[in-house]
This record gives sequence, structure tokens and C-alpha cells, in this order.
Amino acid sequence: MEINKVCYRALHVPNSWTLDAYQSIGGYKVWRKILQEKTDPNKIIEQLKESGLRGRGGAGFPTATKWTFIKRDMPGQKYVVCNSDEGEPGTFKDRDIMRYNPHQLLEGIAIAGYVMGASVAYNYIRGEYREPIARMEAALAEANAARLLGKDILGSGFDMHIHNVEGAGAYICGEETALLDSLEGKKGLPRFKPPFPAAHGVYGKPTTVNNTETLASVPVILETGKYGNYKIFSVSGHVNKPGNYEVPLGITFRELLDLAGGMLDGKKLKAVIPGGSSAPVLPAEQIMDMPMDFDSLAKAGTMLGSGAVIVLNEDTCMVELLARISDFYMEESCGQCTPCREGTGWMARILHRILHGEGSKEDIDKLDSIASGIMGHTICALGDAAAMPVQSFIKHFRQEFVAKI
Amino acid sequence: MSTQLPQDITTQIDKFLAKFPDDQRQSAVISSLFVVQNNNGGWLSTELMDAVADYIGMPKIAVYEVASFYSLFDLEEVGKHKIYLCTNIACMLRGSKSIAQYLQSKLNIKFNETTADGKVTLKSAECLGACGGAPMLQLDDQYHENLTFERIDALLEELD
Repeated sequence: MEINKVCYRALHVPNSWTLDAYQSIGGYKVWRKILQEKTDPNKIIEQLKESGLRGRGGAGFPTATKWTFIKRDMPGQKYVVCNSDEGEPGTFKDRDIMRYNPHQLLEGIAIAGYVMGASVAYNYIRGEYREPIARMEAALAEANAARLLGKDILGSGFDMHIHNVEGAGAYICGEETALLDSLEGKKGLPRFKPPFPAAHGVYGKPTTVNNTETLASVPVILETGKYGNYKIFSVSGHVNKPGNYEVPLGITFRELLDLAGGMLDGKKLKAVIPGGSSAPVLPAEQIMDMPMDFDSLAKAGTMLGSGAVIVLNEDTCMVELLARISDFYMEESCGQCTPCREGTGWMARILHRILHGEGSKEDIDKLDSIASGIMGHTICALGDAAAMPVQSFIKHFRQEFVAKI
Repeated sequence: MSTQLPQDITTQIDKFLAKFPDDQRQSAVISSLFVVQNNNGGWLSTELMDAVADYIGMPKIAVYEVASFYSLFDLEEVGKHKIYLCTNIACMLRGSKSIAQYLQSKLNIKFNETTADGKVTLKSAECLGACGGAPMLQLDDQYHENLTFERIDALLEELD
């Protein structure tokens, strides 16, 4: 199995984050070719479509389709926004893309801009990521100086101005419309959709928002015609070698666990949260031979999400873990929608009550009913994200909750 | 007389402003607040937020809204250094609870408190995106991963 061939293809090169290193492995080749040949954007979209690339931020929307929403010849300013506000608990893949392969992300952003006729792009990076921000800034300066970005790039007549922008600590800004508000210098509050960003994005202009991994994958996919089915899994928790593994989708969990060095201290696997803390948990017996791809995980009632695989051993207290997950959503709820604002706090309080042996029998069903009351009743997906862990933990590990009461 | 931002600060703010359309100066507020906060010992006073509002040309209340919404801004005095210990699940599975206890007893403070000598403010953070190196913390601008008690000792020792 080939690993680390797409977003992490530069990992083995010394100082991989520099322009020289990136160009030594073929970096900016695709970009130069596009500019030189003035490639038909439809051809690029066609190639992406064939590759099957789906958004890597969590929703898995087909990238090629998204790129057709904004037409190149539409008048007025258009924008590409890269969502580098990586915050889904368990996810740490985009940080390494920006630390070790920032130029490939810039190349991907530039290609997106070319396809959609957007001459300005913003890369919104979470404010805690000081090292990735510094690497992105340095790479941007290098690319601008080499005239690979900026005005009239390499004499092509095409302009592409990329700017890195920082967040300041708010999980909700990973939601694309909250991100756009934050980019406009406001509190990050999700907007009603429609209108979608393609019609009404940043500053009310047509905007395409893509995840970091999605955009960074584009140059390699266009160059090789392969790897559209590659995905980074951020493996954390009770494994011997936690880390990022860029592998083909559809690899079984068992194989992924092997790559990550197996279970820590030889303990038994209890369960896995396969797609970031929002994704429903799956017990060991259900996940072990599960192909890790969008459709298989969806069929099993959970999701691939951001590819954050959190591995839990037999000693894990599911009540304590869920209480901590619920604290997170309570803390990060933006407060706009009543079911989420009130429900996340309510669930967290009940869970802590149960954890401390003060729960009542009705509490478990109450948790379930609060979660159903949130699910689908909020502007953005944070409400669902708070509800899904609660429902799935109770479904699969009810006896542990009962035992605490 | 309202507070004025020093010129080295406004020079940096001007660079942020240049990233955005001329009629979208508010977009620069987050970056501007970071620079102003770093220049003020790690926190934002009302006077400084007002000065940012005046310089950017946005309502003061809009600056307060941003400063109070995002977790990386502090609106009260803080220690010389800030420690954000990740306590979210990936770190929790790898022992962040005992690291939290160790840090708190060693510094003799709880979360959201500052040491008596004003050196360190300790905070509990949500996932900082470094779960491969759990447990981890952020000390000022720097991530420190795979924490142990010894590592914590060394980090605190090195603090000026």
C-alpha cells in the first residue's frame, strides 16, 4: 500500500516547506502548465470529477461539483476561501499540511482560483496554529517573489492574490458560513443557507469554501490522474503510533490500526470514534473489518467526517468520555439557536450528574430526547454534532450509563 | 483624550488592512487585536479596543463583540506567559487529567488563575489539533507535545 503520496508527498524532503524543496519534487509544475497552456477550466473540473475527489473537511461533497457552482466568466469579484480552521476534536491533518507542504496548498488554491475566475483567495487558519501560520506566510512570500502568485503570473495575464488570515479560537468558525463572518471581522455565527456561499459568500460575493486537504490534493490529482481516493486519517487515542496516515479510502480499520502500531500496551479495543468527536461511536466488533470510506461508514450509522479516528481501549469510561465531549459542544455552541444553546448545556449537566453517581433512571432517556430535540433543529451542524455522540454512546453502551446510576 | 495606537502597531495593522477590499476594513480586526494584545502584556483593555475601533473605523461595540467571542483574547490582566493545556478527548485518553493536576499543584493555581508572581496564567483549552502528540499544551506561541511530568518541570524551569 502506498502511503503519504498526496498532501504528504513532500514529507521525506529536507526543509520540505521551502520553495526549492517543493519544486524539486515537481511542485508548481501543474500550475505552470495550466498558465502556459491556458487550460480550459472545464477540463480541470472533468479531471477532478473522474478522480472522485470529495471534500475533506467533513461533509464529503464532490469537489468537482462544487467548482461548477461559480462560473469563470461571471462578472464581479469572486473569492476562494480555504478552510484551515481545523478544530474537530481528534483532527490534526491540516496542521501538518501547512507545516510541511505549504506550497502545495498554495498551488491548489491558485488552481481553484483559476478554474472559478477568482483573483483573490483567503486561507483562514485557526489562531492557535502559530507555526503553520508562519510557514504559510513564508511560503506565500516565496511564491509571490517567484511570481508564481500575484499579478500577471508568469506573463499569463492571470492574477491570483492569496492572503493568510487568522482566527482567534472558536470551533464554530470551521463551519463555512461562520468562517465567512469571522473573515469579515465579526463574531463567527453560522448563516442561514440558502443563500449558499457560491451565491452570497464573503462580502456578499460568490465564494467557494474548500478544506485545506481538499485543495492541497488538487495538484497531485491533476498531475497523476490518481489519488482522488486518498485520505488522511488522523489516528489518536490508545494506539502505539498515533499520527497522520495518508492512505487509500476503503482500507479496513484493522489495517489502519496496524499502521498506527496496534493497541497501546496490548490492551483490547473497546470502540472507535471514526470521524472526529461529532461522529457516532462504533463498538470494536462493528469497526474492526469496516472499510474506512464515506459510504461504508455512513451505512454503519456513523461518518468518515474529517478522518479523525479516535481509538478507545477496554479501560475507557464511556460516561466520562461523553461528558467531556458534551462539555466541548456546550462551550463552542455560538448561542444563536435555542435547541443547541440550551440543549448542549442541559446534556452536559445531566452527564456530569450521572458521572458523579447522582443521576436518575429517567436521565438516560431524557438525554436521548434532548439530543433528538436538537438534531435537525438548528441553523448549522454543530447541533447535530452535539447530539450524535450522545445518541450513539447511549445506543451502544447503555449499560455503562445504567451502572453509574 | 482617547488612547492612540503607537506607530509600530499601526504599521502592522496597515499590512493586515491591505489584504482586504478598501471598504472592508473590519476584516482586519482579529489580526489587529492580536498585535495590540501582544504589545500589552497579553490582554486587551477597553481603551485599547476603543483605539482599534477608531483606527479601523468600526463601532466600538463591534470590537468588544469580537474580543469577547474568541477564546484567544483576554479582557483582564494575565500572567507574563499563558499556558493552554488541552483537555479534550484525545489528550484526555493519553493522560491530560494527571498533567492538569500536576500543573495546577506545581503552579499552585487552578485553571483560569494566575500565579502570585504574575508569571503564568493557566487555562484549559479545547482541542488544539495536535492529538498525535497527546497530551499536549500551548505555551505562548509554542506547542509542546507528548507531555510528561519531567517535561513540565523543564518547561517551567525555562520560563523567564
